[in-house]
Amino acid sequence: MSAVTDAVRVTAPGNPITQSVRDSLVVAKRNLIRMVRIPEVVIFGLIQPIMFVVLFSYVFGGSMNIAGSTDPSVYREFLMAGIFAQTVTFATAGAGAGIAEDMHKGLIDRFRSLPMARGAVLTGRTLADLVQTALTLLVLAAVALLVGWRTHTNFGEVLGAFGLLLLLGYAFTWIGAVIGLSVRTPEAATSGGLVWLFPVTFVSNAFVDSSQMTPWLRHVADWNPFSATVQACRELFGNPGVSPSDAWPMQHPVIASVIYSVLIIAVFRTLAVRKYRSAAA
Amino acid sequence: MPGAIYAEGLVKTFGDVRALDGVDLDVPEGTVLGLLGPNGAGKTTTVRCLTTLLRPDSGKAVVAGIDVLKQPDAVRRSIGLSGQFAAVDEYLTGRENLQMVGQLYQMRAKAARARADELLEQFNLADAADRPAKTYSGGMRRRLDLAAALVVSPPVMFMDEPTTGLDPRNRQQLWDVIKQLVSGGTTLLLTTQYLEEADHLAHDIAVVDHGRVIAKGTSDQLKARTGGERVEVVVHDRENIAAAAELLDKYSLHGAGKGDTTVEDHMRKITTPVTGGAKLLAEIIRDLDARGIEIDDIGLRRPTLDDVFLSLTGHVAEAKDEGNGEQAAKGTRGHRHTKEAAK
Repeated sequence: MSAVTDAVRVTAPGNPITQSVRDSLVVAKRNLIRMVRIPEVVIFGLIQPIMFVVLFSYVFGGSMNIAGSTDPSVYREFLMAGIFAQTVTFATAGAGAGIAEDMHKGLIDRFRSLPMARGAVLTGRTLADLVQTALTLLVLAAVALLVGWRTHTNFGEVLGAFGLLLLLGYAFTWIGAVIGLSVRTPEAATSGGLVWLFPVTFVSNAFVDSSQMTPWLRHVADWNPFSATVQACRELFGNPGVSPSDAWPMQHPVIASVIYSVLIIAVFRTLAVRKYRSAAA
Repeated sequence: MPGAIYAEGLVKTFGDVRALDGVDLDVPEGTVLGLLGPNGAGKTTTVRCLTTLLRPDSGKAVVAGIDVLKQPDAVRRSIGLSGQFAAVDEYLTGRENLQMVGQLYQMRAKAARARADELLEQFNLADAADRPAKTYSGGMRRRLDLAAALVVSPPVMFMDEPTTGLDPRNRQQLWDVIKQLVSGGTTLLLTTQYLEEADHLAHDIAVVDHGRVIAKGTSDQLKARTGGERVEVVVHDRENIAAAAELLDKYSLHGAGKGDTTVEDHMRKITTPVTGGAKLLAEIIRDLDARGIEIDDIGLRRPTLDDVFLSLTGHVAEAKDEGNGEQAAKGTRGHRHTKEAAK
């Protein structure tokens, strides 16, 4: 036992950026190990979007008018960008619940008492969620190919679309982090992380042609940050149903999508880190 | 010169609740302070303020010679915290947990791993090192949590109710670990609801209630203030209560007729303060026997946390959750002899 008190002194802090990256990766690794040990979470995260793909394309497929066509195969190609985007935003709930659980279990207290970089706990969590989101997208894209989704552009553009999707997903996990730090229980974080996503993802161009909405709703949909990413993906995939709206984000969807996502990260990361620093379990 | 842990006038309010109402502490280097108090007294809030988790509204705090409010990061490098709820990741193995904490203390991955192995060995967790912590027993989790707090052998340690909810065997084990740790020169502040625990581990005890330190001293000093032992007798027949009370009153610390002897009719229980210990107990038993008063139970009770509180504050320490209630009952350190039928 005497060895317990042997001097293992902590080294003085090094470069703050190096430390921040290092600490974030340590925490990300911890969260990835958890995902491997609780595969149910990842599996359920996959079932829902797959269900959406099947339900939307077969139930709504025949009755939707996209770019003047009611052919179900046209709707299926139109739909995928929407489902992809919706799926990445659902990572919000996972991040929120995970952080709320860490608060609840006293782990955040442990982290906050350690001489680690501020924000690394949250960055580590969001990075791990990003890995999970990427995995989900990969499986989902395979399913989409199975039901007949195709891209009609070059590889670079398709990759770019997936990059935008991941960026959007990453931005939304920071919203989840703020929710997770604001509620009292992990359960509240799960439901609180999901409810508002339904209006955000449905009042958009994800599942229907937004030009057919009533004017005020159409404006909301056109300026919805979520719609910008969906529009950008359709453009980059070469899929039908790119909105002809003259709203700026619809005209410049790729740049709009990047701006929105970066803005969301800037605002919600600041909020989350501030909340984390004063967090009380 | 202030001690390794020093606090002056710590105040923290949550809305209308004044959780800390001017806490003063001074723990000399290499000693153990037991912060004793019921739930909600402000023990945890005090620890949270001293460990940089919570910013006090006002007051001063110095840990390991470093100002907690001005240099929280420097403080974090010098302390270990073991919480009330074992803060380990239950899906990580014991080894992974310790390695992660080591790395977050800015150790290199390899050094952190070596240190984890060392601690697992020392805390008797080597066999379970590669199992997720959720498969651990309560005692094992506490040991892992404590090991996590010791990764860098900090000069100052904080333990918030380290044994709450543990069974007696696990508590004893943890006490042994803590004693060894302290013998190595670590300064320790530990909070507890059990006088017995403070008694065992702490050099000094500070009693807190309603966010203030209401008494300080060694365990013996506090007990002396609380008053000494009492004899409790439960008579078998209700009609013997009066006779037994009269008899017991004669043994009362301040003499008969001073009103020190209390009777709880419904329990057929008579209590009187005494001094003289076990010898006196034997005398009382003989005396009761001689008069043919049949008793169900007789015992010598020493002061408990409740007694300390009762004498210091005029109200008993309220243990709110079930586990604590059970512990409070066990905390009665009476030497009890049960006599089935005294002829």
